[in-house]
Amino acid sequence: MDIFIQQLVNGLVLGSIYALVALGYTMVYGILELINFAHGEVTMIGAMIALAVIGALLGAYPQAPALLVLLAGVLAAIPACMALGYVIERVAYRPLRRAPRLAPLITAIGVSIVLQNAAMLIWGRSYISFPPILPHGSHTVLGAVVTDLQIVIVALSILIMFGLTLLVERTRLGRAMRATAQSREMAELMGVNVNTVISITFIIGSALAAIAGVMVSAYYGLAHYYMGFMLGLKAFSAAVLGGIGNLAGAMLGGLLLGVIEALGAGYIGDLTGGFLGSNYQDVFAFLALILVLVFRPTGLLGERVAQRA
Amino acid sequence: MTTLLTVENVTKRFGGLSALEAVSLTVNSGEVYGLIGPNGAGKTTLFNCMTGLYTVSAGVIRLDGVPIQNRKPHQIVNRGFARTFQNIRLFANMTALENVMVGRHARTRTGVLGAVLHSRRCLAEERDSRERSQAQMAFVGLKDRGRGLAGHLAYGDQRRLEIARALATEPKLLALDEPVAGMNPNERREMSELFLKLRDAGITLLLIEHDVKLVMDVCDRVAVLDYGKKIAEGVPDEVRRDPAVIEAYLGGAVA
Repeated sequence: MDIFIQQLVNGLVLGSIYALVALGYTMVYGILELINFAHGEVTMIGAMIALAVIGALLGAYPQAPALLVLLAGVLAAIPACMALGYVIERVAYRPLRRAPRLAPLITAIGVSIVLQNAAMLIWGRSYISFPPILPHGSHTVLGAVVTDLQIVIVALSILIMFGLTLLVERTRLGRAMRATAQSREMAELMGVNVNTVISITFIIGSALAAIAGVMVSAYYGLAHYYMGFMLGLKAFSAAVLGGIGNLAGAMLGGLLLGVIEALGAGYIGDLTGGFLGSNYQDVFAFLALILVLVFRPTGLLGERVAQRA
Repeated sequence: MTTLLTVENVTKRFGGLSALEAVSLTVNSGEVYGLIGPNGAGKTTLFNCMTGLYTVSAGVIRLDGVPIQNRKPHQIVNRGFARTFQNIRLFANMTALENVMVGRHARTRTGVLGAVLHSRRCLAEERDSRERSQAQMAFVGLKDRGRGLAGHLAYGDQRRLEIARALATEPKLLALDEPVAGMNPNERREMSELFLKLRDAGITLLLIEHDVKLVMDVCDRVAVLDYGKKIAEGVPDEVRRDPAVIEAYLGGAVA
């Protein structure tokens, strides 16, 4: 039982990070029907920039308060990623707005490779470790160890998701986004500047990615130029799991995927009699994805495909 | 009477096919202007050119003297020109009221920052937007119907909602593409009452319609398109007797 609760906690933490990244995929898909495969790399860049800033600050002021340094790292990563997201859309996707759907998809993969290699050139091939400035308290709840960092990650994610939901459901901008998602042409005829809405969508998604990037590197204590690939793939799976294009679906899919993965990792040794270890945890995420695609192709909360037309 | 919209020699080609050939017309402020013609005559194409969905191949379209051809749709809406569609195109997954509020987009300003900070201006604007949208729904006869999803409204009410949404952009000129298609005579009569009510509210109407009786009853002036060309223009009674019009509709000379 202990391991169950422990893995549930770990899964929720991981899941809330997946959810933040998945929101970026799903928002862009909702509006452009484009799978922005470079989104995982934006997450990676966010982590890298935050670490670079934190490292530089600690080098210059070793006695600086940890929280302030951490905050500076995050606050540098967010605008940098927002700018990156804007530029990616402007340079790589907008010129292909009217091209066949395969073209922007392949471009997205290209952007992702470019970003990976740029990061490798700037920050090198080796793992970068997160400086020990994080809160390291922990509590025991129902036999499971919950760290302060985990609490911060989950709480912050919930706050962000709540804020985003309010933005989309209750504001003028949110209405414009939903209208654009349903019919770009019609939204434009209502006076919505669709290009601005699309840019803002990329900017918001990238801001979430920056935060998620810092979270994931803080959680694992590491960052690496290749970290965005698997994270992006998982988050994309989460978005599909929940029903791509649907915000609540991305949140649910992210949390669910995190929990499935953590529980799978916790029990796979027992299930296979020790034949497979927890390093096979990735199997579960993609197994879940395959099952959903087979039995409910629109995702758990996904709308009927025909309704989009 | 001042001129609101002028169309000067507008031509639209799709490849080798001319959908519109040097069409010219003028719409005066405050009138109901009808655009009729057989299927495929180019009426909707002309609407699409005027509202920025199509670029024109040649010619000039002016609203209040300012050229609007080949501008972006949202820029044309901002100048005070709204439209509805032949096949209803609401945001089906949003509530009826939200549909109208999207129409307010052009007339409101708050951006991301105001929304995030919940500034007083933003809240006031949101409330104002909601009230005006409700008023517009009441105007078209959909009072207190805002809560349900737009896609769940009855067919006739969806048409009305489309008009309310277009009105929310505060147009000087409202273009309606076959607004009574598929309606029964009773609903048609109600709709023509709405058109006159719109005109009395100071909105100039441009109407594509197949129902000749409705057009003749409601419109101050009428233009007839056939094969992409304007073959007649004038007051309804004149146009009705025009031999070219009769030929276009009935195909060949009538004895």
